[in-house]
Amino acid sequence: MFRKRLPPEEERKVKANDREYNEKFQYASNCIVTSKYNIITFLPVNLFEQFQEVANTYFLFLLILQLIPQISSLSWFTTIVPLALVLSITAVKDATDDYFRHKSDNQVNNRDFNLLLQNEKWMNVRVGDIIKLENNQFVAADVLLLSTSEPHGLCYIETAELDGETNMKVRQSISVTAELCDPNHLASFDGEVMCEPPNNKLDRFCGTLYWREKKYPLTNQNMLLRGCVLRNTEACYGLVIFAGPDTKLMQNSGRTKFKRTSIDRLMNTLVLWIFGFLVCMGGILAVGNAIWEKEVGFLFQSFLPWDPPVDNFLFSAFLSFWSYVIILNTVVPISLYVSVEVIRLGHSYFINWDQQMFCSQCNTAAEARTTTLNEELGQVEYIFSDKTGTLTQNIMTFNKCSINGQSYGMLNFTPLNPLADPNFCFYDEKLLESVKVGDPHTHEFFRLLSLCHTVMIVSSVCTGELVYKAQSPDEGALVTAARNFGFVFRSRTPGTITTTEMGQTVTYSLLAILDFNNIRKRMSVIVRNPEGRIRLYCKGADTVLVERLQPCNQELINGLRTLALAYRDLSEEEWEAWSESHRFADKATDCREDRLAATYDKIEQEMLLLGATAIEDKLQEGVPETIALLSLANIKIWVLTGDKQETAVNIGYSCKMLTDDMTEVFIISGHTVQSVRHELRSVFFKCRFSQISCVKYTLEHQRTYILEIKSQKCTLDWNMEEEFLSTACACKAVICCRVTPLQKAQVVELIKKHKKAVTLAVGDGANDVSMIKSAHIGVGISGQEGIQAVLASDYSFAQFRFLQRLLLVHGRWSYLRMCRFLCYFFYKNFAFTMVHFWFGFFCGFSAQTVYDQFFITLYNIVYTSLPVLAMGMFDQDVPDQRSLEYPKLYEPGQLNLLFNKREFFICITQGIYTSVVLFFVPYAVLSDATQSNGVPLADYQSFAVTTATALVIVVSVQIALDTGFWTVFNHVFVWGSLGSFFTIMFALHSQTLFRNLPNQFHFVGSAQNTLLQPVVWLTIALATAICIVPVLAFRFLKLDLKPQLSDTVRKPNMGGVWRGTGSVSEGRLGARGGSRRSGYAFAHQEGFGELITSGKNMRLSKASLAGRGSQLVPEHPTEQDLPPLLGKQAMSSRWINPICLLSTTSLHASLERGKDCSKQTVNFICPVSLS
Amino acid sequence: MGKEKSKSGPLARRPDNSAFKQQRLPAWTPMLTASTVLPSFYLLALICMLLGVWLLLTVQNTQEMKVDYTEAGSCNLCFEMRKNVSNAGQKCTCMIMFSIEKAFKGDVFIYYGLRNFHQNLRRYMDSRDDGQMLGRKSNLKSPSSYCKPFDVDEKGVPIAPCGAVANSMFNDSFILTYYTINGPTVVPLLRKGLTWYTDKNVKYRNPKMDNLTLPEVFEGTTRPPYWQKPVYQLDPFDPNNNGFINDDLLVWMREAAFPNFKKLYGFLYRANKPFTKGLPAGNYSVAISYNFPVQYFKGRKEVVLTTVSWFGGQNHFLPIAYLVTSGLILLTAVVLTVVWWKFGKDGKNMAD
Repeated sequence: MFRKRLPPEEERKVKANDREYNEKFQYASNCIVTSKYNIITFLPVNLFEQFQEVANTYFLFLLILQLIPQISSLSWFTTIVPLALVLSITAVKDATDDYFRHKSDNQVNNRDFNLLLQNEKWMNVRVGDIIKLENNQFVAADVLLLSTSEPHGLCYIETAELDGETNMKVRQSISVTAELCDPNHLASFDGEVMCEPPNNKLDRFCGTLYWREKKYPLTNQNMLLRGCVLRNTEACYGLVIFAGPDTKLMQNSGRTKFKRTSIDRLMNTLVLWIFGFLVCMGGILAVGNAIWEKEVGFLFQSFLPWDPPVDNFLFSAFLSFWSYVIILNTVVPISLYVSVEVIRLGHSYFINWDQQMFCSQCNTAAEARTTTLNEELGQVEYIFSDKTGTLTQNIMTFNKCSINGQSYGMLNFTPLNPLADPNFCFYDEKLLESVKVGDPHTHEFFRLLSLCHTVMIVSSVCTGELVYKAQSPDEGALVTAARNFGFVFRSRTPGTITTTEMGQTVTYSLLAILDFNNIRKRMSVIVRNPEGRIRLYCKGADTVLVERLQPCNQELINGLRTLALAYRDLSEEEWEAWSESHRFADKATDCREDRLAATYDKIEQEMLLLGATAIEDKLQEGVPETIALLSLANIKIWVLTGDKQETAVNIGYSCKMLTDDMTEVFIISGHTVQSVRHELRSVFFKCRFSQISCVKYTLEHQRTYILEIKSQKCTLDWNMEEEFLSTACACKAVICCRVTPLQKAQVVELIKKHKKAVTLAVGDGANDVSMIKSAHIGVGISGQEGIQAVLASDYSFAQFRFLQRLLLVHGRWSYLRMCRFLCYFFYKNFAFTMVHFWFGFFCGFSAQTVYDQFFITLYNIVYTSLPVLAMGMFDQDVPDQRSLEYPKLYEPGQLNLLFNKREFFICITQGIYTSVVLFFVPYAVLSDATQSNGVPLADYQSFAVTTATALVIVVSVQIALDTGFWTVFNHVFVWGSLGSFFTIMFALHSQTLFRNLPNQFHFVGSAQNTLLQPVVWLTIALATAICIVPVLAFRFLKLDLKPQLSDTVRKPNMGGVWRGTGSVSEGRLGARGGSRRSGYAFAHQEGFGELITSGKNMRLSKASLAGRGSQLVPEHPTEQDLPPLLGKQAMSSRWINPICLLSTTSLHASLERGKDCSKQTVNFICPVSLS
Repeated sequence: MGKEKSKSGPLARRPDNSAFKQQRLPAWTPMLTASTVLPSFYLLALICMLLGVWLLLTVQNTQEMKVDYTEAGSCNLCFEMRKNVSNAGQKCTCMIMFSIEKAFKGDVFIYYGLRNFHQNLRRYMDSRDDGQMLGRKSNLKSPSSYCKPFDVDEKGVPIAPCGAVANSMFNDSFILTYYTINGPTVVPLLRKGLTWYTDKNVKYRNPKMDNLTLPEVFEGTTRPPYWQKPVYQLDPFDPNNNGFINDDLLVWMREAAFPNFKKLYGFLYRANKPFTKGLPAGNYSVAISYNFPVQYFKGRKEVVLTTVSWFGGQNHFLPIAYLVTSGLILLTAVVLTVVWWKFGKDGKNMAD
């Protein structure tokens, strides 16, 4: 961290194989240091960091004050012991964290790799080196790809560690260097690269290679970034451009924004108030001291002359002020912050340990990645959820189809051919029957599915197992469906497609692929079958396709508004003519895209409909229930999705966000500023109107609000925030569609800014990262889309439904515990400290403490810390099932009822009351009392012991009252603390210690002399009763007159009665029986069409490779036009999912579910994407 | 926590199913219900009442008598005389008459009381050296700096015992006389055993003697400036009550917590008649050797005679406080019962 600051680079110049030249620029080496300290710097740096905390500095300041003898009213150790304890706990935590960072740094830095000819460690890579990468190796630095073992200088990489996308990407070296395959040639390569300085843009690179007096432009396509893994590529060579901290991976791992909870902020405010209070108290006592010194102290000087520097009462008062600041400092408890951290850490562990948030299918337990936000989980008011992969599984299954007007749905299925995917489950006997009997429509239907796609095959040579790699999972689902019905896609070459149709191998020659794009919303292939007939197969969105069908054919689409399949026979002449025009368009240099589209459009006409299919993106398990439960808990759920409106609405219905009893569903989809504003206003007024006119009606009345992004763009851009908010917040559910990642974050920021509510964002993909980072709490679903979202999140788990447990159980408990903890903490410190204030009036405001200094030292860290810590850790007001049964229990957290300024004042008032009792009762009793042997009890030490004992007992009784859940730990800690108090006190007042340090341990014998007196115990009992009885009475009254739901729920016998009102009504969940809704979604990007037909990715030396055995056949898609992942609509680029990802268990489960809720609703349907 | 688990398989990372980790520890969940709170309130009220009555009865049996002698009777002269510091060396005695209406039965304790004397000032309380009074030779000759300005005299001779506490030691003495028909009888007082056992035997020790006499041990030190005699002459007759372990000194060194306090002076020696049963009723006088000046700080001095019960001297506050508390708890209990009965939502009105 003490690296020399270099002037910012403006341009990077790298000369290959020329270390001397490159060293001139002092580029960072590849050694990565993420650790903060080493052994020598740890202590000073860590201490320096810790003292940047205001609280720590404050206590340091107190410590310095205490060293001034005229001021010091307490021994130095009363502050230094707790301070040292707090600092060392934090230091140990920091040290542990750093140790692990060191370990991972070392591991990464010492990875081996090949530096052209010799082996080296990662950290020794320098900019300008040429390194060799082998298959399945991590890329060591950002390198410029020079050449590969593959044809055309192609290589494949997986970027999961970089951006979370699990699919493969293609990189290609520039053609001039592609021939440099020999290490010796590479060693003499002396090209020079000029490029942009290090930055964090993963999708951009811009540079120029100067070699042999020529310039070659370099783009991101030529770069391999650190963190990628080389796949399906035997080896490749690259020139290191950026190393170590300059790599894009490291540039991107910027420190995440430090999140604070609202309790944190409140706590800081309160601590400031307490400082103010402290100064006031100090001021009052200083004034008192001035008066006293003037009236009495001045006269008392014959017995106690003023200290030499004090020459008048004002100066004495000044010193007294600081003395009192020292004494009263315990109102700001030094152990507060560290205790809060400990409790939060404990809560985080409970989240990690929760078995009910463990997903056995994916072997993932929930993880609290941030340990500082737990109690905020109990205050969430808005949830912003992604759709795909979060609410849905992002696993597409072939669900329904309609062939020639005949509808087939889900039934049981026994595979009829040996090549069937064992994990596939859909089936309808009728359909199977019609395949078997050879119904031509059905056959043509599945033939289309097996031919018209851009799926690749990854087949393992040794097992022969077929694994499809599709650009989008829905496309994979369709090809798999065909496969299971006996139309198996076996392999493809640039010019052919081989399938096995009902057991017979058929090879079609592939004439053209008319690829998908977002505007066309369809794709077609033109194939020549073995008989020589040319046919065009087309699949596409029904809306698009319907216009292109022969007129008589259109009514065949019924029910399923999904993906339509159609074909058209072409004559040789038609094909020749079209082919010519296509070639012409393809070669065009300007407007190539448009020309191609126009050609495509020309031939996709007059088609005959085959049928329609529906692909379902299944909802995750428990999503409707979770959403219903969360909305009963008064949490507003907004779905922000990149999908289009229809899809979003459908998913809204299927996950019960929208229900049929929502009488008004408003859809704002204006395109212009005016129209959006107008729509927003009209909706708003409607809400207003209905609210005012009939309140009763609105109670039952649920609104929904669907916002499409064109409108949203307007709202966010054109100062319509107010209108947007007021409307949106009046609604029960809000769905925003066509939202870009940035806009997701903007919506979250908007709510954060205007509603002052706690927001939670949940998502699973890289497109959710910005939203996750900007919300108060970010939750990552570790699902299909890699780990990017999880890495940015504060909490992560595998399934959306765990959210209910995270919020309603863990969050609620955390909030409750933290609030109770804080209330008690402030209470006990005020009770403790304010006794000094009252004593001030009797001791001439001389800043004499009431207690023994050891008691002051140990009170906060030993005598009273553990019981409250145990309460903060283990307390439960209601069991976890109850908080799920009664979601209304969540409301106090949202309304911030359990700890706010009012509660704080109640706490400190109670604390002050206790201090009054604790001072004046012993004062009144003891000032006149004597022991039974006549020795007066009014001596200072007896009084100190009595008050301290009474204090410890009172606060222990109070914690016992506050603790609602007495586990064995609570018992041990409460009784243990009391026991330790007496043990330690007797030890401190023992002869041994006194003999060694008489001036420190001058309380010798006080404990036994005082505590053996019955009158002392009568005093303590009286004080305890006076302190506790009013509290008890108030609590009882509150419970009796205004019982909280949690109080009621707690009563064991009351459950049944209340179930009806607060709990999830079963009726509502299943309410939406009748309406059939379906929708369809598309992956928003182009597929591999071009790459397939170009044949680039086909391996030339297939035979030689096969000889090597277990290598994967590298038939991999490239994604030349892959949109940059973090910007724009990167929704689907990560969707190359082998269909065999489906696990048997999950399928089984989904089948079961299918049966159960078959009458409930039509599942969300999203047909194949035409990517 | 974070332990490497040896398990493998699909459930390898499943958290342990322990009651602790799943937050299912068996627990006692007490609740405030009418059936627990109300009876305990009544019970508490009853207990407090019984305690209060018992204490009150006990206190009724004790007696106390306070005689303020600051400027009463002939002490007026002494009071005037002590106003002038230059007369500090002069002796002054005075006498106060008082009568006891009802005999003090049992052990009778005689205290001196001071009002408005702040033994609880921070710097005052710090101004002592417990090491010195523990008999440490090193501290004897070089007292702690806390004792300033009473650590050494003008000549630099260390003061023993040092500090403001010792220096300000109360030094009036009393002779109590009982006037019988046969004439005055001096009331015999025991002036030993006035302190905690630990003070006398642990906390305060004379420096090691090694066959030296006490004055020799204290050689090289001087008396505190306000004292009339050195520490080793506090009780020249009893070596166990001299020097740093003198009872009067110990009593004074145990600082009072509040500005008005009383300290034990002695107790009645009950071996001989007529004092075997305590102090009989009648006329008494107390002859005071009036040394301690209080007029500087507007203080008062008094002599206090008390008898004690099992819980100490006469103390009206405790029984009354108990009775009042009992009453208040009872009142609260009644109010709570009424509220619970009339308005409570607890149990009866669940249907609402």
